Amino acid sequence: MSEFTLRLRRYDPQSGEPPYWESHTIELEPHRSVLEGILQARGRFDGSIGIRCSCRSAICGSCGVRINGQPGLACHTHLDEALERSSDGMISVEPMGNMPVIRDLIVDMDAVHWKKIQAVTPWLLAREPVPEREYLVDREAMVDVTQSMACIQCGACVSDCLAMEVDPDFIGPAALAKSYRFVGDPRDSEHTERLTALSEDPHGLYTCTHCFKCVDACPKGVNPMGQIMRLRRIAGSDHHIEDRNNGYRHEHAFVDNVRRNGLLHEADLLPDSYGGKFNPRAVPELIASMPVALRGLLRGKITLRKALTHPHKASKELRAIFERIESKPERYELNLYVSGTDEDNEPNEPAPAEAIA
Amino acid sequence: MPEHDVLIIGAGLAGQRAALAAAREGVSVGIISKVHPVRSHSVAAAGGINAAISVADDWRSHAYDTVKGSDFLGDQDAIEVMCSEAPGEVMHLEHIGVTFHRNDAGELDLRAFGGASMNRTAYVADITGQAILHVLYEQLMKHSSSVERFEEWFVTSLIIDDDGGCAGVIARDIRTGRMETFAAKNVILASGGAGQCFKPTTNALICTADGITQAYRAGAPLMDMEMIQYHPTTLAENGFLITEGARGEGAHLLNSEGERFMSKMAPNKMELASRDVVSRAEQIEINEGRGVGPDGRGIYLDITVVPRKRTLEALREIVNIGKDFAGVDITREPIVIQPGQHYIMGGVKTDKDGRTPIAGLYAAGEVACVSVHGGNRLGANSLLDTLIFGRRAGEHAAARARSLAMPSVSEAQLRRDAEMIEQIIARPRAGRRISEIKEELGTTMNQHVAVFRDEQGLTAAREVVVRLKEEAATAYVDDRGTVFNQDVLGAIELGYMLDAAETMVVAALERKESRGAQFRTDFPERNDAEWLKHININCGEDGEPKVSYSPVTITQWQPEERKY
Repeated sequence: MSEFTLRLRRYDPQSGEPPYWESHTIELEPHRSVLEGILQARGRFDGSIGIRCSCRSAICGSCGVRINGQPGLACHTHLDEALERSSDGMISVEPMGNMPVIRDLIVDMDAVHWKKIQAVTPWLLAREPVPEREYLVDREAMVDVTQSMACIQCGACVSDCLAMEVDPDFIGPAALAKSYRFVGDPRDSEHTERLTALSEDPHGLYTCTHCFKCVDACPKGVNPMGQIMRLRRIAGSDHHIEDRNNGYRHEHAFVDNVRRNGLLHEADLLPDSYGGKFNPRAVPELIASMPVALRGLLRGKITLRKALTHPHKASKELRAIFERIESKPERYELNLYVSGTDEDNEPNEPAPAEAIA
Repeated sequence: MPEHDVLIIGAGLAGQRAALAAAREGVSVGIISKVHPVRSHSVAAAGGINAAISVADDWRSHAYDTVKGSDFLGDQDAIEVMCSEAPGEVMHLEHIGVTFHRNDAGELDLRAFGGASMNRTAYVADITGQAILHVLYEQLMKHSSSVERFEEWFVTSLIIDDDGGCAGVIARDIRTGRMETFAAKNVILASGGAGQCFKPTTNALICTADGITQAYRAGAPLMDMEMIQYHPTTLAENGFLITEGARGEGAHLLNSEGERFMSKMAPNKMELASRDVVSRAEQIEINEGRGVGPDGRGIYLDITVVPRKRTLEALREIVNIGKDFAGVDITREPIVIQPGQHYIMGGVKTDKDGRTPIAGLYAAGEVACVSVHGGNRLGANSLLDTLIFGRRAGEHAAARARSLAMPSVSEAQLRRDAEMIEQIIARPRAGRRISEIKEELGTTMNQHVAVFRDEQGLTAAREVVVRLKEEAATAYVDDRGTVFNQDVLGAIELGYMLDAAETMVVAALERKESRGAQFRTDFPERNDAEWLKHININCGEDGEPKVSYSPVTITQWQPEERKY
C-alpha cells in the first residue's frame, strides 16, 4: 500500500461558485487505477464526487477524464504512472476538454461528441440485395474495420483535438474513425457518397492537422488520425473526389512537392495546392497568406532566401522509392493492425520453466 | 407525462433489441437507461454468440448442449425457441452491420466454446458484446424518430394499477434531478444482473439488481436465484474477466505442479467443460493446496500454447488486460486467474415471450429467468438470450399494445418516490456509510454464496444480509444536490442489491442438493427425485421472501448423468 494525493477538479453548477480544486489522500497499491483512487475517496470521504464510471476495465468508455493534463480513462491509468507524469507530487484529475462540464468530472458528451457521431450517418447502408445468409467478405476487411469498431466512444480523442479547439464545428477524430468503420466495410453501399460528404464539408475530412493528439489519447488503439489519413487516401486515390476545400489538390501538391524536392518546399506548397503561382485561383490565397508570411519573416521563423529558393532536390534513392510504389498496379495500404508486426508473427517461445514451477 | 405503448427499462442488448423490435411493429416506444446505452454492461461480453449456423451443425445439438449445461434445470421449450431462432438472429446482426470475423472463404468464422459439442460461436475478436451493442445503438440512432431515448434516467419504481397490471414507471432525470411519471401500456425490464452483490465480480458497477428487485417489490416471482455463475477465468489481481475465448482458442489451465488438472474432472472436454464444472475443479485444486500465485488462491491460464499472431488478432482485449492490469504478456507467460462471480442464471420469472405473471410487465436478458440457463449458463449463450428474448418481448408487447388504451396514472407514486429520495438526503450523519455496507455485502456473499456452499455459511450470510438491510435504512449520503447526485442513487441501488441478495441466499438454503452452479458440500449429489424443480421466491406481505416451486419443462431430453 502507498499513499497518493488526488487533486480533483470540482464544480457544482447549483452552488453559483466557480470550479475549484480539492485534494484527498488515498491508500492503494501503486498499480491500481486512478479510478479506484477516486472511488476510494468517494467511498471514504465524500460521496458527492461526481464521475461517470462502470466497468472499471476500459471497455465501457464512461470514465474519460484528463489526468495531469493528459486525456484518457481513469480506470486505465495506474496511480504510479500518473504520479510519474506529475510535476507537483499530486495526481490532478479534471474533466475532458472541448465539451461543457455538467458537474465535477462529468462532461456533456451529447452536446459535442454524440452530435458529431450522429452527423456521419453512423449506420450501415447495406448493399442490395441482402443475402439470405451472411455477406461473403474478405477476412482481412473485417479485421481491418474491427480497429475502428474497437472505439468505445469515451471522448478522450475529442477532449484534446487541437483542430476542434480552433474550429468547434470540426467533425473530429471519433466521428471520422466511425466513418471509416463504414467506408472500410465492403457491405456498405455508399462509400462514395460518404466520402464526398466528408470531403466537401468545410469542417470535415481535411480539417485535421495531423497533430497526433488523438492517437496518443486513445486507450483502445483505434488510431483515429490513421483512420482519417486512410479516408483521405481512399477519397483521393480510389474515388478521385476533388473537393471544394482543396483538400484533394493539397494532398497531391504535397506529394509532388516531396517527389521534386526531397524535402518539403513550403513556399511552393500553398500556390501548388491551388494549381501553381500563376493560377488565378491561387492569387487570392497567396494574398490572404501574406500577413502570416510577413509575421514569419519579422519573427525570423523564415528567411526571404529560404522562402524563395529551395536548394534541396530529391535524391536518387527517394526517386526510386516513388517509382517502386507508383509502379504497383494497385495502391498498397500497409496495415499493421491486419498484418501484425514482424515480432507479432514470430513463432511462440516456449514458456519459461520457472514461470510454471 | 410521457406515454408509450412499449416502455423499456435498460438499454443493453436485451433492451435495445426489444426497442427495435417493438418500433418495427409501428407502436410508440420509449427506452430508459441509467447510463448512456453504449455504457451498458453487455459491452463487456467478450467471447461470442452461439448459433448452429454451420452446415454441419443442428440447432438441436445446440439445444441439447444447453440443456446438459443447465444440469437439466433449464426449461426445454424455451431452450428450443432460443436455439432454433439463433441462426436467424445472428444473420440479422450480420446484415445490420456487426463485423463478425470471417474464415478464408469469407463466411462467419466459428470458435470453440465451453460445453459445446462443436464450434458454433460467432465472434468479433474478443469484443463481441461491444461490437453488437454499438451496432444496435447505430440502429437506435437510425430509428431515432420511432424510439424515444431517455439516457441517464434512473427508475425508482414500477407503477402497478388497481387491477394488478403494470402501467408505467417512476424515474428521475439524473442530470437535473427532475422526477417524472412514465405511463405505458407495457413495460419491459431489461436492466441486467446483480453482480455488484458480490465482491469481487466481473460485473460493472451499474449491475445492481435494479430490475430484479423492482419486479420483486411489485409482486413478481423470482426464479432460480440460487444459481450464481462463477466464471473459471477471472484475473486474480482484481476480478476482471478473461474471456472463455482464450480456452476456446486452446489455452490450458495448470495447477502448481504444472498439471492440466481438468483431465480429472472432464477427461473429454478438458478446459472446455461447462463453467460450473471448471470453476469447481479449480476451487478443488486451490483448496487442496495446488493453487498458484502469492497466496495460493490462483490457477495458471496458459495462453502461450496459442499461436502468438492468433492471440494478438483474436484475443486483443485480454492481451491488453494482461498487460495493463496484471503486468503480464499473455503471449509469453501464463497469467494467474481464479473463479469469480460473473452471472446470475436466475431472475424475474418469464415465459417464452418475456411475460411475467404481472400483466403488462415483461423481462428479458440477465434480469429475467425464462429459464434457458437453468443451473448453469453456457458461455456465449447470454448474448443470444438477450437478443432472442429481447426481440420476442418487444414483439409481443407491441402486439398487446394495439388492443389496449393508455392507462391513466396518478402522480401519487411520484410524490412517494420523491419523498423517499428527500428522506435519504436528509438522513443524519449517524449511521454507516453506503460504501461500507456494500463492501460487507459483497465480501459476505463471495465467502458464503460462492462455488461451494453449506447450510452453516448460508445461514451466516442470511443473518448478515438481514442486518445490513436494517443498517441501510439509516445509511447517510453526502450529496445534497440534484444535478448528477450519484450518491443518492447509490443508496437506492444498495436497497435493490440487499433485497436481491436475500432471495439468493434463501433459495440457496432451500435447494438441498447440488446442481449446476449450486454445490452444497452438505448435499453433494444431484437429487432429481426431490429437486428437479425451480425455486420461486415472492415478496410476502410482511416483506419477507416466500418460497414456492414450479416444474421444469422437459420436451425431449430426460435427465441423465452429466459428464464432460
